[in-house]
Amino acid sequence: MRARSIRGTGAVAAAASLAVAASACSAPGDGKNAGGAKDSAVVGIAYEPDTLSPLLGYGKDGNSKIFDGLLTHDAEMKLKPALAAELPKVGDDGKTYTFKLRKGVKFSDGKPFTSKDVVFTYETILDKKTNNAAKTELDAVRDVEAKGDDTVVFHLKYPYAPFAERTVLPIAPEHIAGKQDVNTGQFTTKPVGTGPYKLVKWSKGEKLTFKANPGYWGGAPKVKNFTMAIIKDDDIRATRLDAGELDGAILPPNLAKKYESDGNKKSYAAKTFDYRVVTLPTGNKVTGDTGIRRALDTGVDRKAMVDSILDGAGKEAYGPVPTDSPWFTKGTERKHDLAAAKKILDKAGWKPGKDGIREKDGVQATFPLWYLSGDKLRQDHALAYASDAKKLGIKVEVQAGTWEVIEPRMPKDAVLAGGGSPADPDFDQYTLLKSSLAGDGFNNMAHYDNPKVDKALDEARESGDHAKRQAAYDTIQRELVKNPGYTFLTHIDHLYVVDKRFGDLTTQTEPHDHGLASGPWWNVEDWQPKQ
Amino acid sequence: MARMTGRRALFAVPVLLAVTFGVFAIAAASPFDPVKAYAGTAGLTASQENLDQLRRNLGVDQPLVQRWWDWLTSAVHGDLGDSSTLRQPVSDVIGERIGWSVLLAATAFLLAILVGTALGVLAARRPGGWLDRAVTSLAYTLEAAPPFWIGLLAVWLFALKLGVLPSGGLTDTASSAVTAGQVASHLVLPAAVLAISQLPWFVLYVRQGVGDALGDDPVRGARARGLAERTVLLGHALRSGMLPVLTLIGSRVPELITGALMVETVFSWPGIAAATVSAATAVDFPLLAALTVLATAAVLLGNLLADLLYGLADPRVGFDG
Repeated sequence: MRARSIRGTGAVAAAASLAVAASACSAPGDGKNAGGAKDSAVVGIAYEPDTLSPLLGYGKDGNSKIFDGLLTHDAEMKLKPALAAELPKVGDDGKTYTFKLRKGVKFSDGKPFTSKDVVFTYETILDKKTNNAAKTELDAVRDVEAKGDDTVVFHLKYPYAPFAERTVLPIAPEHIAGKQDVNTGQFTTKPVGTGPYKLVKWSKGEKLTFKANPGYWGGAPKVKNFTMAIIKDDDIRATRLDAGELDGAILPPNLAKKYESDGNKKSYAAKTFDYRVVTLPTGNKVTGDTGIRRALDTGVDRKAMVDSILDGAGKEAYGPVPTDSPWFTKGTERKHDLAAAKKILDKAGWKPGKDGIREKDGVQATFPLWYLSGDKLRQDHALAYASDAKKLGIKVEVQAGTWEVIEPRMPKDAVLAGGGSPADPDFDQYTLLKSSLAGDGFNNMAHYDNPKVDKALDEARESGDHAKRQAAYDTIQRELVKNPGYTFLTHIDHLYVVDKRFGDLTTQTEPHDHGLASGPWWNVEDWQPKQ
Repeated sequence: MARMTGRRALFAVPVLLAVTFGVFAIAAASPFDPVKAYAGTAGLTASQENLDQLRRNLGVDQPLVQRWWDWLTSAVHGDLGDSSTLRQPVSDVIGERIGWSVLLAATAFLLAILVGTALGVLAARRPGGWLDRAVTSLAYTLEAAPPFWIGLLAVWLFALKLGVLPSGGLTDTASSAVTAGQVASHLVLPAAVLAISQLPWFVLYVRQGVGDALGDDPVRGARARGLAERTVLLGHALRSGMLPVLTLIGSRVPELITGALMVETVFSWPGIAAATVSAATAVDFPLLAALTVLATAAVLLGNLLADLLYGLADPRVGFDG
C-alpha cells in the first residue's frame, strides 16, 4: 500500500493510523516508485528552460530529448552521427563541411526530415531578427546549402576545426516552426522534433512530461513515460525524493551525502568542465602585475577548497582544461607552496608594508573580488581565495553583487566567475583568452593580453590536425603558468541520486550549464529498467 | 447601484493608467537589465554585437514613455504584447495560469469566510468564555504568522511526517493528465494554508460585530419577545454583525493576492506567482504591466463588491451616498 493512494480522506481520526501506515510505507525496500509503473521515470531538476525551441537556443550543446542534431555525443563525449548518416567530410582546407543525412527519419508528427529542415534551422538562428543569445557560437558559418534531399554543405568564413562540435544543435521542422513567429510562436512551448521522446505537456514552473516516440529512428525507448519535475529549492527536491515522488534528482554535495548508505538509491558524480575561476584584470595595477598573478597561482590552496567547499566532489583546476582531460598539459599542475609564493612577491618588488600588506612603488597589494550574490558556492570560493591571499600579504576585499553591478567593474575588479564547455578546448579558451575579445560582453573578462597565446589560439582553431592542435593548447597552458590572467580554482562534480531499479547508469562529462538532459538521464532512451 | 458601478468604473481608468505607468517607470529605474535576463547563461558567452541586436529586437532601447505608450495602445486593441522571459504572448501566459490562481484564491477565500464566521459567532456567544479565549488568541497568533512559514510547516507535517497529502504541484509528479480528483487532493494543503492566513481577520471582525450586536436594542428586544437563542444569534445578531465583515472582504483582496503568490511558490502551484516573480526580476515589461493591471482591477473590484454588498445588506447605507 502506498501512502499517497489513500490521501485526501482527510479524516482527523484516521491521521494517527495513517502516520503509522505512512512510516511503514516509506521504509526502504518496499519497492514503491514514483511513477507506479516500471516503464516510467521521474527526475527532479533545478533549472527550467526558457524555451524548448532550438531556434532560440534550447539544446544547443546537444542531447535534447525531443530533438536530434546532425551529430551527437557518446558517453565519452566523442562525436557520432545522429541525423547525419556519417561524420562530415571536411574540405576546402577546413572551410566546408559536408553532411550526408540519414534516410527514412521522420519528425514525430509523421512528416519526413530533409535537408531543407537543416538549412531552415541554421538560417533562422543566424537571422538578426531571431532572439537567440547563443548565435555567436555559429559565427564561423557563412552559409548553409542543401544539395538534394539528403546532403547539406556548410560553408565557413574561416577554417574552424571544432565546427563539427557545433552541429549537435537540434534540427527544427520547417513545416511547423517556419510558419510561426520564431520568437514567441507556439513552437517555443509545444516543440516537435525527431528525438526519442515527444513532449506531452510543459506545465511551466512545475514539470515537463515526455512520452516515448514509438517511431524513433534509433529504436523506441524502454522508459515510456519520462517526467522532469522542476524544483528550484535543493531541500524541497531532497524532500520529494524522500517522499517517493521522484526517482532521481540533482543535489548539492551536502544533501547527496546521506544517500550513500541508502540501499535503494545510487549516487553518481558526473565529471565536468565546470570551473570556478578568479579573473585578474590586466587594467588593475595590482592584478595586472605578473608577480602578483604568479604568487596567487602558487599560494592558493586548491586542495583545501575541493575538500572543504566541495566535500571532495571535484578536483583542483589549473586552467579551463580539467586535469583528467586528454587536452590537459601534464606538468602544468601548480603545487600549493606558500614559501615559493612569497619568494615570487619579494622578487617582483612587493615588500611587506604596514598591517602586513605588501606594497610596491606606493601601490598597496589590495583589490576587490566580486561574486554573484546568492551563489553560496561562489561565495565560499571567494572567501577561501581571500584568506589564502591574506597569508601572502595580499588583501582581497570580497564583495557580492548582481551581474548588473559587477559588469561595469570587470575591467578593473576581480570577479569569481564560472564556465566550462567540454566539447572542444576552443569553445572556452578562445573567448576567455583572446585579446581582441577583451571586454566584448562577458568574453575575456580579465582583458587577458598575451601575443603568444593569441597566436596559439588561432593555430588551434584553424588546424584540422590533432597533433598541431594539441601542441597549440600545450603552448597556451604553459603560457598560463608564466603569466596567469586568471586563478583557476576548482572543477566541480555534479551530483545525482537515482533509484537502483534503473540499473547501472553512466554520466557524460558535463559543461558549466546544467542542461535539461545532463545527469544520468542523458541517455534515458537507452535505460533498461528492472522489474 | 448601477450609477455607483458606473462611477467606479470611470474612476478605475485613471487609476489603472497611473499604475501601469508607475510599473514602467519603476522597472526602467531598476538595476536589472532585460537583455541580460533574456540571454541567461548564453549571454555570458555572447558577443556585444549579439547583445546589442537583442536589445533592439526586444525594443528595450526605446525611451520609457514611448514604450509605455506603445504597450498601452496595443493593449487597448487587445494585444498585450509578448513576454520576453517566457517567450510567448502575454495573453497565453495569463490564460494558462490565471485559472489555477483563481481556483486557489477563491477556495481559500470561501473557506476563510465560512470558517471565520462560524468561529467568530461561536466566540461571540460567550465573551470571555474558554472558547472565546482560545479562538481569539489563536487568531492573534495566526495573524502574525507569514503564509510561507505556515506553508512550510504544513508540508513538513502532512506530506513528510504523516504522508497523507502531496507536497506540491497540481497533480502527481508522474502523471501528465490533469484530473479533477488529483487537482482536488493537491489543492487541499495550499488552499488550507492560504485560508488560515486570511482567517484571523474574519474571526476577529465577526466576533466583535456579533458581540456588539448582541448588546444592541433590537437583539435585546428579540430576546425579550422570547425568540429562540438560535434565531436571535443567526437572524438578528449575525445579520447586523456581518456588516463590517463585508467591508473586510473588499480590503482583504490585496492581502489575498500577495498571500497567494507566496503560497504558490511554496507548493509549486502553477499559477501566476512564478510568472509575476520572473517578470519582475527580468524586467519583462509587457507581462509585468498586464499582471499589475490584473491585480489592481481585482482590488478595485473587491472594493466595489464590498460596497455593493454593504448597500444590499443595510439599505440605510445606500450606494455612494
